[in-house]
Amino acid sequence: MSALADAASWILLSAGGLFCIVGGVGLIRMPDFYTRMHAAGVIDTLGAGLILAGLVFQAGFSLAAVKLLVIGLLIFFTSPTATHALAQAALGRGLEPLAAKEEENAPSKC
Amino acid sequence: MFGAAAVAVLATLVLALVRAVLGPTVFDRVLAGNTVGTLAVLLLATIGFVVERPEFLDLAIVYGVLNVVGTIAVLKFFRYGDLGE
Repeated sequence: MSALADAASWILLSAGGLFCIVGGVGLIRMPDFYTRMHAAGVIDTLGAGLILAGLVFQAGFSLAAVKLLVIGLLIFFTSPTATHALAQAALGRGLEPLAAKEEENAPSKC
Repeated sequence: MFGAAAVAVLATLVLALVRAVLGPTVFDRVLAGNTVGTLAVLLLATIGFVVERPEFLDLAIVYGVLNVVGTIAVLKFFRYGDLGE
């Protein structure tokens, strides 16, 4: 059983780390603020979720696993709230999304 | 195994810090700060398992809550100019 748990946590941890790096690269390369929020979302959901799942496998049936699930629930509920507040504040301050500008001056091709 | 996850989280932390420095608008910097907070929670949980100290998970929970409260407060300041009377 523990070999299976080790293998599963190894896969989940490396996948979570990979998605964290994917989100980080997206955070750098995305052209516009609103697209960068999408990349940050990748870190919050997949990166954090897979790493915490991998750690739960390592923790087994113990209080540590419960705490990890609480952290997962915390990120699950607070990350969208913070991202929504961020987008609301940016739009409120008049930060135009990239797509909006292109539509104004370039007529759509289709 | 934990080392790989910790190194990946640290690499993402560096990328988020680069975005925090480069970010043209202040909201990019707040976004980078929020990401750094989430990564800190992950790093705390991972290191807590490396050094076999489960108390780190309590720190991660508290840090996660504080990170969100801080982000919302900074956003309120930059959106409405002040934090209210």
